[in-house]
Amino acid sequence: MAKQINVALIGNPNTGKTSVFNHLTGLNQQVGNYPGITVEKKEGICKLPRGLKAHIIDLPGTYSLNASSLDENLVIELLLNKNDKDYPDVAVVVSDVENLKRNLLLYTQIKDLGIPTILVINMADRMELKGISIDIDLLEERLKTKIALVSSRKNTGIEELKELIINYGRIPTEPCLNASSIDPEYFDRLRKAFPNQSLYKLWLVITQDVNFGNLNRKEINLTQDFLPKKKSELKRLQQKETIARYQFINGVLKETHTVDINAAKDLRAKLDRILTHKVWGYVIFFSIMLLIFQAIYDWSSYPMDFIDMAFAELSEWSKNVLPAGVFTNLISEGIIPGLGGIVIFIPQIAFLFLFISLLEESGYMSRVVFLMDKIMKRFGLSGKSVVPLVSGTACAIPAVMATRNIENWKERLITILVVPFTTCSARLPVYLIIIALVIPDERFLGIFNYQGLTLMLLYLLGFGMSVFSAWVLNKIMDIKGKSYFVIEMPDYKLPMFKNVAINVVEKTKSFVFGAGKIILAISIVLWVLASYGPGDDFNNAEAVVTQEYGNSLSEEEFNKHVSSVKLENSYIGIMGKAIEPAVAPLGYDWKIGIAIVSSFAAREVFVGTLATIYSVGSDDEKTIKNRMAAEVNPILGGPLFNFASGISLLLFYAFAMQCMSTLAIVKRETNSWKWPALQLFIMSGIAYVAALAAFQILK
Amino acid sequence: MKLTIADLKRGQRGIIKEFTDDTIPLKLLEMGCLPGNDVELVQIAPFKDPLYLNINGSHLAIRKETALKVEIELVE
Repeated sequence: MAKQINVALIGNPNTGKTSVFNHLTGLNQQVGNYPGITVEKKEGICKLPRGLKAHIIDLPGTYSLNASSLDENLVIELLLNKNDKDYPDVAVVVSDVENLKRNLLLYTQIKDLGIPTILVINMADRMELKGISIDIDLLEERLKTKIALVSSRKNTGIEELKELIINYGRIPTEPCLNASSIDPEYFDRLRKAFPNQSLYKLWLVITQDVNFGNLNRKEINLTQDFLPKKKSELKRLQQKETIARYQFINGVLKETHTVDINAAKDLRAKLDRILTHKVWGYVIFFSIMLLIFQAIYDWSSYPMDFIDMAFAELSEWSKNVLPAGVFTNLISEGIIPGLGGIVIFIPQIAFLFLFISLLEESGYMSRVVFLMDKIMKRFGLSGKSVVPLVSGTACAIPAVMATRNIENWKERLITILVVPFTTCSARLPVYLIIIALVIPDERFLGIFNYQGLTLMLLYLLGFGMSVFSAWVLNKIMDIKGKSYFVIEMPDYKLPMFKNVAINVVEKTKSFVFGAGKIILAISIVLWVLASYGPGDDFNNAEAVVTQEYGNSLSEEEFNKHVSSVKLENSYIGIMGKAIEPAVAPLGYDWKIGIAIVSSFAAREVFVGTLATIYSVGSDDEKTIKNRMAAEVNPILGGPLFNFASGISLLLFYAFAMQCMSTLAIVKRETNSWKWPALQLFIMSGIAYVAALAAFQILK
Repeated sequence: MKLTIADLKRGQRGIIKEFTDDTIPLKLLEMGCLPGNDVELVQIAPFKDPLYLNINGSHLAIRKETALKVEIELVE
C-alpha cells in the first residue's frame, strides 16, 4: 500500500474551508478532540486518483500564525513540529476570492515555514458577480506555488486540487518574501546562534508562547552571543513584519488582480442596512428567536409522541417475548425506558442545531454581535458573548469553548460563568414533560400555543438570569485587562445544505452517544437500587399488604400495593425517604428527589430516572407522561405534578448547575476549581430558593 | 485636533496615517488596518458603538475606543 499523503487544511475563518474539507472527504470524516485539550479535531480520508489516499486535517480557522488563542496555538504547534505524526507533507491554504488580500497574509507565513503549500482560491463562482479577474499564472509565479480555483458551492476545481495534492513534490518550498529584512542585524545574530534551524521557525518560537520539539523560547534567550529583545520591541517588530507582508501582497495583487468596482455589491449593503438597523435590527433578531423556539416546540412534538409510544410498546413487547426473570426485567424496566428517555429528544436537538448552524453559515451571527456589543458591554459582557449565549441553548460545553475569541479576560470569564444559565438542550426534556403535564394545551389569541409560550418564557428567563448575573459579577469583580474588540463581518451567503446537514448529524450524534452512555449507566444502577432492598419489609411485601388491608383487595389493587411497598423499602426508596424533608417544601415527593439528585450528573437524566423508577413501580404499560400524570402527592393529596409543583420544578431546573461535564470544562478553561465551585453552589442555591418560593406562593 | 476613524461619518472615507499609541492590537493590523490603507465607515451600531468598517475591501467591526487610536486623513 502506498503511503498516505498528510494534508493540513489551513485558512482564515469564513473562507469556506470546511466546505472544501467536506468535498474532499465526504462523509469519510471524524471529529475528535486533540489529546489533553478540548479543541475539536476534524480529520478525514480523501480518495485521490490512481489509488492514492490523503489524510486530511481541518485545522481551526486563524487569521495569522501569531497565536492569541488555544485554537491558534494548535495550528502553530502542528506546523512547527516535524516529529508529529500529523505533520503535513503539504499544506493547503484556503482563501476567499473576495478577501484575497487579507487571506494571503497567512499564506505568506505558512510559505516561510518551508512546507510545500498549495493555494486554494475558493468561492470562484462569485468572481463574475463581483467583477473580479485574476491572472492565475502570474499569481502562481509571484507566490511561488500552484493555485486551485475552487467553488465549493458549484463543486468545481476539487479534482484539480486533488491532482495538485498528488504532485505536491513539485511545489517549491522557498519563501516568497524575506521576512528578516525587518531587522537584518537581529536576524543575523539569530542565524549565527542557531545555524541549523529555520530562521522563521525561530522567530515564531521567540514571539509565540509555543514549544516545538526540543527548542523553546527560554533556551533561545539564554544562548550565548544572542541578545534577546524586550517584549515591546518584539511587538514593534511583529507589527513591522505584518506591514512588510502586506506591502508584498499589495504589490503582487496590483499586478495580477483587478476588480471592476461598478459590479454589483448592493445586496450586502441593503441587508446590512436592515439587519443592523436600530429598530428593525432588534425586531428581526427577536422574531427569529421566537420563530426558532416555536418551531422547536411545535414541529418536533409529532416525532416525539411517536418515539414515546414506540418505546412504551417495545418495553411491553420485550416483557412478553423474553422469558420471565431478572434479566428481562432489567431490559424492559431499566434499559428500554432509560434509552427512550434520550432518543425522544433527538428531534428537538436536531432542530436546534439546524437553526444555529443556519445562523452561523449565513453570516447573520456577526451582525447580531455587532448589534448587541454596546448593550452587552453595559453588563460586563462583549458582543461576542452573544454567540456563546445563543449556542448555549444547545449545550453549555461548546458554548464555554466558544468564548475563546473574546479578547478581554474579564468579559470572557463573566461569559463563562453565566453561560450555564441559558437553557441548554438537556433542560428541554425536563421542561417539555413538565409543561405537557401542567400547562394547558390551548391557544392564546388563536395563534400562540400556551405551552410554546411557556417554553419561550423559560428561555427568556435563562437569558435574563445570565445577563443579570453578568451585571452583578461585573460590579463585584475587580479584574483589569486591556480591552479590545475586532470582529470580521463576512458577506452574506446562502447556507450550503451539505455543510448544515453534516453539522446537524455530527452534533446530534455526539449528544446522543455522549449523554446516552451516562443515562444508560444511571438507568441500570437505578433499576438495581429500585429492585432490591435490605430489610424484611421488602422481601415480605405481600405479607405487609395482607396484614394492613386483610383480604378485601382485588388482585389488581393487591399487586399495586405490593409493588409500592417494595419500592418504598428498596435501597432507592430508603435513600429517597432520607432526602424527602429537603424536597417536600418544594412540592416534590421522594421519587422526584432521587431524580433531582441523579440529575447532578447531567440534567437529561431526570426523565429517564423517573421513567425507570415509575416503571419498576407499576405493571401497566403506559407512556412516561401518563405515568407521571397518575402520581399522587403523598402529603397534600391531588396530582403530584400540578401547577405549583410544576412551576417549582421548572424554576429549579432553570437555575441549578446540574452538569458535571460543564463544571469540568469551566475548570479547564479558567484553570481553577474556584469558578466551577462558585457556579455549583451559587446557582443551585438560587434554584432551591426560587423553587421554594414558587411552590409556597402558588400552592 | 487630529482626525481618527471615530470621526468618520457614515459613508465617509479616509486613509489610515498612523496609530496614536503602541497598544494597538496586532490582530487589527493582521486584518488589514495598516497605515496607507483606505477606510470607509459602513455603518454605526445603535447606541453609536461599535463601528462597522470597510478597510481596503476587508469588512470588520471595532469599538469606538479602538477607533480613537487610529489616525486618518479624510478623502473627499
